[in-house]
Amino acid sequence: MHKLMTLALAGSLAAAFTLSLVAPPAGAQTEEETQRGLERFRQMLREDPWSNPALLDADRGEMLWATPAGPSNATLEDCDLGLGPGVVDGAFAQLPRWFEDAGRVMDVETRILWCMQELQGFDVAEYVKKPHPSGGQPVKDVGAIATWIANRSEGEAFAPALDDEAGRQAVAMGEALFNRRSGPFDFSCATCHAASGQRIRLQELPYLSDPAEAQVVVGEWPAYRVSSTHVMTMQHRMYDCYWQMRMPKLEMGSEASVALISYLVDKAAGGDVAAPGIKR
Amino acid sequence: MHNEIQRPFSRTFAAAALGAALLAAGLAPGALAQDAGPTQAQVDAVVEAAFPGIDAEWAARLTPDETMRQCNQFGNMPPDDVFEEIRTRAASTIVYPDDGVLMGSWENGEKLAQSGYGMRFSDYPPRRESGGNCYACHQLTPQEVSYGTLGPSLMGYGKLYDFSEEAVKAAYEKIYNPHVALPCSMMPRFGANAVLTIDQIKDIVALLMDPASPVNQ
Ligand code: HEC
Ligand code: HEC
Repeated sequence: MHKLMTLALAGSLAAAFTLSLVAPPAGAQTEEETQRGLERFRQMLREDPWSNPALLDADRGEMLWATPAGPSNATLEDCDLGLGPGVVDGAFAQLPRWFEDAGRVMDVETRILWCMQELQGFDVAEYVKKPHPSGGQPVKDVGAIATWIANRSEGEAFAPALDDEAGRQAVAMGEALFNRRSGPFDFSCATCHAASGQRIRLQELPYLSDPAEAQVVVGEWPAYRVSSTHVMTMQHRMYDCYWQMRMPKLEMGSEASVALISYLVDKAAGGDVAAPGIKR
Repeated sequence: MHNEIQRPFSRTFAAAALGAALLAAGLAPGALAQDAGPTQAQVDAVVEAAFPGIDAEWAARLTPDETMRQCNQFGNMPPDDVFEEIRTRAASTIVYPDDGVLMGSWENGEKLAQSGYGMRFSDYPPRRESGGNCYACHQLTPQEVSYGTLGPSLMGYGKLYDFSEEAVKAAYEKIYNPHVALPCSMMPRFGANAVLTIDQIKDIVALLMDPASPVNQ
C-alpha cells in the first residue's frame, strides 16, 4: 500500500525534476531549479513522509538482506551489526564501532561488505571497484541495504560505540584526515567545512566539526539526492568530496573512509538519526 | 609583523594557548602521539591505503609538500619563523611573464573565473582547459549572483586600489601563490601548483584590475 503510493509519487517527482533539470545549461540556472525543486520536495515530505523515494531503495535493501545470494547462497540475516546476529533495529545508531571478528572499526557499509564476504562468499574486492552509482542510476546493493538499516534506527539518538580505545583512535585519525591539506588545490575537508554559514557558489556548507551543525546533517545519511536523483550513502559522500578536492578515488571501506565517518558521527552524537533524508 | 594580518580562520584561544604551550615545551603539536592523535607516519600510511592502484602522478597528490606539511602541522597558524619561511619560499615560486605584461583579456578571465573544470578524476583525459573557479569562493561581478563566501568579495577590486601598478602585481602574485601575501592561506596556489598557465592568470588579473572589467563597474 505505502509502497505503491511511494512509487507513484516518486515517479511524478522524478518526471518533474527531469524536466526542470534538463532544460537550462550548467550554472546558476540549474542551481536555482534544484533549490526550487528541493523546496517542493521538502514540502511534499512534510505532507507525506512516505513520498521519500529513498524508501523504495530501503525496501529493496530489506529484500536483499533476506534473499539468499552469492557463492554460498546465504542471506544476510545472521549478519551482526553490533547488537548480535540479525539484530537490525537500533544497530545503525551505534555505528561505527569496533568489531572483534573483523578486528577493526566499521561503519554500516563496511560492515555490510564484510557480511557479504563472510556469509555469502562475495568477492568484495570486485564490488568496491565501482561501488557508487552514476547520476540517475539507483544506489547499488550495499547502499540500498544501508538505507534500510539506517531507517530502522530512525528517531533514535546517535550513540556511536566509539569510546573504547579503537574507537577513540578512529575518531582521532578522522580528525587528522579532516584537517590534512594536500593535492593540487591544497584542500582539506576543513577548507570547506570548518566555519558556519559559508557557501561554495550557492551550496551551503555545514560546519561539520561543530556538534550543533553535525547533529542536524549527519543523521540524514544515506539520503535521496535531488540533483542526481538517487540515494547517496555516506561512503559515496566521502568519495565525492575527495573528488572535489582533486584527490583520487577513495576506496570504499578503507580505514580512512571509516575514520572520517567515525569523526563525523562522533561530532553528531546525540543528534537524531533521520535517515533517509533529502539533500539537494 | 604578521600578527596584524588577518589569519585564514580563527580558532579558540584555548587551542592557540595549547599550541603555544607545546611549542614553548619544544614540542610540535602531534608530538604527544598517545594523547594528541596519530603520528604523521600513521596518517600518511592510512592515506596511502585509501587510494589504491594509482599511478605516480596521482600518488604525488597524497603527500603534502613542505608548505602544506607546515600548514597542517600548525593548524594553518604557523609561528613567526615558519610564517616567514613559507612566505619566502612562496615568493621564490613566482614566475612572471617574459614581457612583463601582467594583464590579458578580462573577457577570458571571466570565463576562467566561472569554470570549475579540471584536475578531478572525471576530468581525464582533459576535454577543455582548467578553470580558476574563483566564483566558488568569491563574489566578483555584480551580474553573477551564484558565488561562494569562503573568500572575501572582490567586487570593485581594481577600483579599490586605484588600478595601481603595485596592486596589479600583487593580484598576479596572489593568484600565482597566495602564500606570499598570507602564509597558510586557504586559497589554491593556481600558478605554483600548475593549475593555471601564466596566460590564464594574466586574463584573471585583467578581470580584477582592468578598469573596463565588470568587476570594476
Ligand atoms: C571544495 C569544498 C569541499 C571540500 C574540500 C569538502 N567538501 Fe564536503 N561538501 C562540499 C559541498 C559543496 C557539499 C554539499 C554538496 C551538495 O549540496 O550537493 C558537501 C557536503 C558534505 C557532507 C554532507 C553535508 C550535509 O549537508 O549533509 C559531508 C558529510 C561532507 N561534505 C564531508 C566532507 C569531508 C569529510 C571532506 C573531506 C574528505 C569534505 N567534505 C571536503 C564541499 C566540500
Ligand atoms: C577555495 C576557495 C578559494 C578559491 C577557489 C579562490 N580563492 Fe581567492 N581567497 C580565498 C580566501 C579564503 C582568501 C582570503 C585569505 C587570503 O587572503 O588568502 C582569498 C583572497 C583572495 C584575494 C585577496 C583579497 C584581499 O583581501 O586583498 C584575491 C585577490 C583573490 N583571493 C583572488 C582569487 C581569484 C582571482 C581566484 C580564482 C583564480 C580565487 N581567488 C580563488 C579563497 C579562494
